[in-house]
Amino acid sequence: MAERPVPEEKRVFMTGNEVVAYAALAAGAEIMYGYPITPQNEIMHYWTRLAPRFGRGFLQTEDEISAGFATLGGVLAGRRAFTGTSGPGHILMQEPMAMAEMMRLPMVAVIQQRGGPSTGTVIYSQQEVTMTVSGGNGEGLRIVYSTARHQELYDYTIKAFNTAWRYRFPTFVLGDGYQAKMREILTIYPPGERGIEMVAGEPYLVGPGEPGTDRPPVHLRNTYNVEEELNATVMELIRAYQAAAPEIAEYQESGTGDAEVVVCSHGVVSRVVEEAVRELRGRGWKVGWFRPVTLRPLAESGLKAVAARAGRLLVVESAHGQFARLLKEVLYGSPAVLETMFKPGQGFTVEEIVARVKEVARGGRS
Amino acid sequence: MEPVMPKCWRGESKPHKFCPGCGHGLVLKALGEAIDETGAMGRMVFGCDIGCSLLAWDLFNLDSVQTHHGRVIPVITGFKRANPQAIGIAYMGDGGGYSIGAQHLVSAAIRNERITVVLVNNTQYGMTGGQMAPTTLPGQKTETTPYGRDPLTTGAPLKGPEMVAAIAAPGAYVARGTMANPRRLRNMLGSALRNQMQEAGFSFVEVLSACPTNWRTGPTETWRFVEEIMTEYYPVGEIKVPLEQEV
Repeated sequence: MAERPVPEEKRVFMTGNEVVAYAALAAGAEIMYGYPITPQNEIMHYWTRLAPRFGRGFLQTEDEISAGFATLGGVLAGRRAFTGTSGPGHILMQEPMAMAEMMRLPMVAVIQQRGGPSTGTVIYSQQEVTMTVSGGNGEGLRIVYSTARHQELYDYTIKAFNTAWRYRFPTFVLGDGYQAKMREILTIYPPGERGIEMVAGEPYLVGPGEPGTDRPPVHLRNTYNVEEELNATVMELIRAYQAAAPEIAEYQESGTGDAEVVVCSHGVVSRVVEEAVRELRGRGWKVGWFRPVTLRPLAESGLKAVAARAGRLLVVESAHGQFARLLKEVLYGSPAVLETMFKPGQGFTVEEIVARVKEVARGGRS
Repeated sequence: MEPVMPKCWRGESKPHKFCPGCGHGLVLKALGEAIDETGAMGRMVFGCDIGCSLLAWDLFNLDSVQTHHGRVIPVITGFKRANPQAIGIAYMGDGGGYSIGAQHLVSAAIRNERITVVLVNNTQYGMTGGQMAPTTLPGQKTETTPYGRDPLTTGAPLKGPEMVAAIAAPGAYVARGTMANPRRLRNMLGSALRNQMQEAGFSFVEVLSACPTNWRTGPTETWRFVEEIMTEYYPVGEIKVPLEQEV
């Protein structure tokens, strides 16, 4: 393709959904399969306007089950294929995700979380964490990037394609309605100019050669006959995932060196937390923040180290403990006190976090 | 003497995994012969659904993939959209195609997807132990209609090819074959594959087939059910032929 969707580095002012479409184009995504649901629709809207100019494909399917399975079909054909969804559509998409997990199919999905359960709101939440990291009838062998700002939506959408094809596990970019709809300044760039080499897709099926003559046929399955056979297969998947996990896990932290309270958050909530912590530190409070970028796999050693130093953690999330449960699993046995601030389906203000941190720092409980 | 098998069959996977008397073996033999005739094995992708059809996953010397119950159509659709040079075959049962995955069949037909769907109709869910399917005949006993299917409470049997023909685009090929006439079935499957290869449109072949295990029938009664009883409700023949290729 002569024309490039992002020919050069450029400052832009875009909604998050537009950012995702540009990032997917820049990453060399070849086809998107999708079904309308708010707040991810504009990923498709931008993609359908831009994709034909760059020889990329699109299919609007009959539902999210189909969008997910068609994405797997695209991946099996060796293409960088992706989809986007939210809320109830995300529930439906867990079925193809389970197949991707079992067969190590590198599908990429961008999730723009909306309020739940059920139809909930079309606006915002962090309530799709549990489903994203461990939905399906398996062991949660997925990679989940939780982004906080538009620059990250761009960076991590590109990265998601590489992570997926490098490690061959289904990979999610977990955004939310705020990020989807909000307009923000960021820099878009061709990945090559930042030294990012895109991992090539390769066909699982219908590769070169005549099956049965030039090469053995490829037979992929997800059904096993006996317990031992399934167990061996799943344990192999788990070992591969565990081996890759340390290379994949990412986190950010600030002020944790001397902090007595460390505020833990992920995604867009981290921005409010950063602001609150900056304000508190300015007034002399010994507070820091810790933010996993990957919710799965989690940066376990980073989190344990922070908990050991601070002794007191405050988990802030727009869900009722879905993120906190991930942390608790890692921190089991740690003497750190874990305080919480949960607002399912609702955003936070700096003021309320500042107030809660002071309460926690004084030893008060909710 | 070695039994005559289609060239695209994989010898190592024989004998096949289906129950004795099952129709799948005959259907897959006819499909294998039709595939042989295309001479395009290197472009084929064979997808199977879940249900008894999954047992065909390693039957061919073709690249193949097992999917989920009802989901082989979207997987093959996605594959074909991403690699238009491929020849996509979605192999499934009546429960997968007409019940849990009916939306995929309907939508693929409406969109005129250039894929070939082969749907085996044996009037019930075989793999799960013989429950009522959309194709179960009125009065027919199954595990979930132990007193016989009552159309007043469970609806009438679905005539899949007729439904697909009604919604499919002019380029589509739609037929109903039967395991009882393998030569005609092979011709229908050949037409269905050619229709895809010529990019004329969607192609769909339902095949009347036997499940003596769940029907609890002996050979004579099995064949009578397939040849006489099923065909009363499900007429065999081509229903939509875009390429003027009567078989």
